[in-house]
Amino acid sequence: METKNLMAITGAEAAAYAMKQIEPDVVAAYPITPQTPIVEYFAKYVADGEVRTEMIPVESEHSAMSAVVGAAAAGARAMTATSAQGLALMSEIVYIASSLRLPIVMGLVNRALSAPINIHCDHSDAMMVRDSGWIQLFCEDAQEVYDLTILAVRLAEHDDVRLPVMVNQDGFIISHGVEPVEVLPDDVVKKFVGELKPIYPLLDTDHPVTYGALDLYDYYFEHKRQQIEAMKHAYRVFPQIAEEFYKISGRKYDYVEPYRMEDAEYVMVALGSSNGTIKDVVDEMRSEGKKVGLLKIWMFRPFPKPEIQRYLTARKAVVVLDRAASFGAEAPLYEAVKSALYEVAVRPLMGSFVYGLGGRDLKPEHVRYAFERAMALDLVADREEYLGLRE
Amino acid sequence: MPLTMKKLAEVFTDRETGLTQGHRMCPGCAAPMTVKIVLMVAKALGYEPVIGFATGCMEVSSTIFPFTSWSVPYIHNAFENVAATISGVETAYRALKKAGKIPSDKKYAFIAFGGDGGTYDIGLQALSGALERGHKMLYVLYDNEGYMNTGNQRSGSTPPGADTTTAPVGKAVAGKLQLKKNIVEIVAAHENVYAATVTPGEPMDFINKVEKALQFDGPAFIASLSPCVRFWRIDENKSVDITKLAVQTKYWPLYEVERGVYRVTRKPTSFKPVAEFVKAQGRFRLLLQRPDAEQIINELQNYVDRRWERLLAFEEATKDKPVR
Ligand SMILES: Cc1ncc(C[n+]2csc(CCOP(=O)(O)OP(=O)(O)O)c2C)c(N)n1
Ligand code: SF4
Repeated sequence: METKNLMAITGAEAAAYAMKQIEPDVVAAYPITPQTPIVEYFAKYVADGEVRTEMIPVESEHSAMSAVVGAAAAGARAMTATSAQGLALMSEIVYIASSLRLPIVMGLVNRALSAPINIHCDHSDAMMVRDSGWIQLFCEDAQEVYDLTILAVRLAEHDDVRLPVMVNQDGFIISHGVEPVEVLPDDVVKKFVGELKPIYPLLDTDHPVTYGALDLYDYYFEHKRQQIEAMKHAYRVFPQIAEEFYKISGRKYDYVEPYRMEDAEYVMVALGSSNGTIKDVVDEMRSEGKKVGLLKIWMFRPFPKPEIQRYLTARKAVVVLDRAASFGAEAPLYEAVKSALYEVAVRPLMGSFVYGLGGRDLKPEHVRYAFERAMALDLVADREEYLGLRE
Repeated sequence: MPLTMKKLAEVFTDRETGLTQGHRMCPGCAAPMTVKIVLMVAKALGYEPVIGFATGCMEVSSTIFPFTSWSVPYIHNAFENVAATISGVETAYRALKKAGKIPSDKKYAFIAFGGDGGTYDIGLQALSGALERGHKMLYVLYDNEGYMNTGNQRSGSTPPGADTTTAPVGKAVAGKLQLKKNIVEIVAAHENVYAATVTPGEPMDFINKVEKALQFDGPAFIASLSPCVRFWRIDENKSVDITKLAVQTKYWPLYEVERGVYRVTRKPTSFKPVAEFVKAQGRFRLLLQRPDAEQIINELQNYVDRRWERLLAFEEATKDKPVR
């Protein structure tokens, strides 16, 4: 174990600092609030010669993802970061990146999608590309942003995986809030991420390959099937990589983080920074003798269905908090959890609460209210409810 | 020493150009000719070509999985982003070279190919961005003046009066009314670029310009008039002839702009009327049946004449005055 090195930094700086230590070959990015400080910090590292990374200050997010695809196909370790409209603009190429099996790591600073235009946090951007074939990790705080950015490189580049990874952090709440972050020494990070072993790089002109062929009904399906398998591999290898990371950092990551779950009868499930708030409320309610707990989701894609089933079976009630809506259907996290619980022997009562759209605060009283509803067994599985909304 | 046709023929008697046989392009299509000339020049000069291709007719016809007609590294990403994709590839090369992760003795040529749709229209932003950033790449436009992959639609490059499915010549409207967008001027307006027009009908001019473009210290752009025999409705053996006619009628002047300095590279001593170019193709058939056909052709004649005069004036005015 290394001696602790604490820095007081924002989530954005934590992402940029991790990128600096990873020192990818190529970073292509375009600024958008609240992701902008990541690009700015990183550009400064480049300008000051602190990294040897080649940075491409592209003219749009579409080109950022396109250039990163080109760089990764060429055999380089390539990274980018964006938010909301930026992700929407790159979304065409987001699908191409995963379908070409390129191990790209992208920081996504979660922000509401337009319209109306709003720069604050929700998860509508991440959910828009939920099915794009990217691994999606969600962070509770800046420490997790730092850690998971480093871990993501290993996951993306694992021989059995070769899929891009998106590391989500809540816009402003994490990206602009200063927190103490324990960082690893440069050489420890370097050693952990190691060298990228490119597979079929374009620059190997002695072994020319064709990327992005036309693939009609005779092969497309099989290729999609391989992507589905790659996601399963990602699920399988994640704990091994997390274990290795634990050895260098002392911090343990998993698909999910159970919080005061041992005897919990009423469980909340959530993504991102609100888990911090929920933990506080859980502590408070526990001190009042209430059997509440939290299941925080770190890995949203591939979805950790076995863990969800294992942790939530036979609880009295489960409430799922979503920071995104799915118009005309159930909220995305709720839908996934509910569907996983269809198969368990003893199903809990379930409730869906959407909160925080466009940066609306999630207050402790909202969390408490949802728990109280659960404890009163006053939940209806197919009724979506809202926290902090003026109705 | 500049390359010659003879030299190229010798080099490629027992060597592949990089684009092998077996692709599914129509017989007579000028796009593969354009691509082959570029690849041959690059290879003959000792470059290792790495190719990016925009979605389009040639892309879909040359890489039908599990086959590929490319024996050089090739990446197709999407329709509008070949310039950005090649930017990434070229940057990766610089990064990996700096880090000592790839052999530094290789002479790479990063070449992007795009159709007119992927260049004049949807891909213009990515192209402009890549030019502005100064990536060492050669962007080659194969200009068949319409969207062929999706079946004969108008593009920003389609000339007035050509019959396309999204701007058809009808009773009320004479097809596309607007002139071709002047892509070379747009490209040349960037700093430190080399931009040129070529056509497979003038191979020596083409070869010289590719050689120059590859050796240019900065981004280079070559626009090749590359007829689509299906859209233009010409015989399969006529695509080369028609491009010669395009040059003789001032429809497609051959010139180059190097850091702002114009040079007209072919100056025919006598010109043919642009009507000859129009009448030689079936895509103007419906236009020619219209009562206002003559007027539209006259306007086109007027335009090509004026543009030619302007080109000569630019040549005179920019002589020895590079922008940097
Ligand atoms: C974003 C997007 N819009 C539309 C298309 C459909 N599309 C594919 S190729 C093409 C036209 C290609 O025209 P051009 O670039 O001129 O090349 P050509 O096919 O004529 O060789 C279009 C419209 C697409 N692939 N992607
Ligand atoms: S349709 Fe036109 S552009 Fe496409 S291969 Fe045939 S001739 Fe060439």
